[in-house]
Amino acid sequence: MATRGTATSSRSLPPGQGAALVLSGVHKSFKELHAVKGIDLEVARGEVVALLGPNGAGKTTTIDMVLGLNQPDSGSVEVFSLSPRHAVARGAVAAVLQNGGLLKDFTVQETLRYVAALYPNSRSVPEVTDRAGLTSIADRLVGKCSGGEQQRLRFAMALLPDPWLLILDEPTQGMDVEGRRRFWESIRSEGMSGPTVIFATHYLDEADAYADRVVLMRKGEIVANGTASEVKKRASGRTLRATWRGAQPDALAHIPGVEAVEIRGESVIIQASDTDAIARFLLNQTPARDIEITSRSLEDAFIALTSEDVTR
Amino acid sequence: MNLAPDTDHRGLGFVGLSPAILALDVRRMLRNRRTAIFSLVMPVIFFLIFGTNSAFAKIKVGTGNVSADVMISMALYGAVLSTASAGAMVSIERAAGWSRQLRITPLSPFAYIAAKMLVALLLGAVSVASVYAAGAIVGDPSLPVQDWVLTAIFAWAGSVLFAAFGLFAGYLLPSENVMQIMGFALMLFAFGGGLFIPLSQYSPTLRTIAEFTPLYGLSQIVHYPLFGKGFDWVWVLNLLVWLAIFSAGATWRFRRDTARV
Repeated sequence: MATRGTATSSRSLPPGQGAALVLSGVHKSFKELHAVKGIDLEVARGEVVALLGPNGAGKTTTIDMVLGLNQPDSGSVEVFSLSPRHAVARGAVAAVLQNGGLLKDFTVQETLRYVAALYPNSRSVPEVTDRAGLTSIADRLVGKCSGGEQQRLRFAMALLPDPWLLILDEPTQGMDVEGRRRFWESIRSEGMSGPTVIFATHYLDEADAYADRVVLMRKGEIVANGTASEVKKRASGRTLRATWRGAQPDALAHIPGVEAVEIRGESVIIQASDTDAIARFLLNQTPARDIEITSRSLEDAFIALTSEDVTR
Repeated sequence: MNLAPDTDHRGLGFVGLSPAILALDVRRMLRNRRTAIFSLVMPVIFFLIFGTNSAFAKIKVGTGNVSADVMISMALYGAVLSTASAGAMVSIERAAGWSRQLRITPLSPFAYIAAKMLVALLLGAVSVASVYAAGAIVGDPSLPVQDWVLTAIFAWAGSVLFAAFGLFAGYLLPSENVMQIMGFALMLFAFGGGLFIPLSQYSPTLRTIAEFTPLYGLSQIVHYPLFGKGFDWVWVLNLLVWLAIFSAGATWRFRRDTARV
């Protein structure tokens, strides 16, 4: 479902054929920190893209630039062929930001009415309240809402302008499993009517389940970009775990066929395509024991592509 | 949604400003009991304590009496507390990330500030009205009708100076203690403006110092219809200089804020 039909949409997709989002050669630094190092990214209309990466990978900085909260030092950002600020001013893009962004002494309903009043063609507050499952707590003060309820409120706020591009920065952070499931259900029911969605997440299963495409960032660069299965394939091969007290990363990296190495305490995690040969080598030549071999999940691909000590 | 013309008018105009957001902001401010008590209830109580004291309330002053003098002073004090608290809301809203959230809506930064100023003026009007209503009900203040109206309008309009002060303080100070610091500063300003104790009872040195404080000029202008003689342009100068300082400070911090967020 790279692009979804618009037949069920209550409104039409934006005119024109251009991409929803085009980033080209985008750089952004904060003093000494080079947070984003020359990103090129294109997102088609209707696509659902997951932005993955460890903390400090540049995801939030990238999202801030797409929303016009930050200006790139060089390169360009276009949202529906508009500058981010124009796109935001016209309600073409809306976002659920990480944490904060709410006033404790407004009620849920007042918050939505306030935001709705800012858009010339806002959706109705009761409709959005209902969609986000907030009707029963509409008169509750935001300060008295649980973390999950506040997150649903942020989501409802983002739905008000009926955006073409919806950006979610770590939308389910801090939610329990059930809360996450319900959140994605509501996004999905919303998604059928067609906005382009970009979400940053730590949860790989979310990316695997809900995204048409996965963009992996590491240290301000895009290191992988494709469907979840393509990214998994890209990091094809297997993962070998072994117990080896006092293993040296250098020694491990020199074993033939090793693609990536990670040492967690006494555990050694090796990414490779021919793990049998490595297992044989480890058992014969080293003190390593308790060897365990598994094929890679998206999480392993994530670790393989974003870990610090990629050796090839 | 429909396509609006492709121009970014947010920085220039007041896009997003509407009676709806003003009403919601006013309601939210009054929900905060401390704000409501300090800026609306306390000035009325002060007036009832000091303005209806039978020992001196009926003593004639200018076109009215001491009770009217106290009523005007307390109305101005209440208006100043209200407008400054409304301006200082930016501090809490920034700390909560609300201002950042609003930056990803069509609301222009100028409209946001304008909304805060208008909320300040609405609350300032309520403060003035409640003290004057208390005065009318107890019946002690004696003042010609046109002076009731003039002093009320002066107190209300002049309190916009402290909306700018509140904004400046709100951008400058951390949200946890902005209200305490500001409340203390406003009390000092109120003494400087002679709102609690007549300036004539100060020592010459204190009086000279008082003339440079932010409420001095405004207080003199607001009381002018009552005292009715010796208008001094120094009052206007004091008012304008402080207005320039507070607006420049608020604008400076506001610019930094919008550049950074």
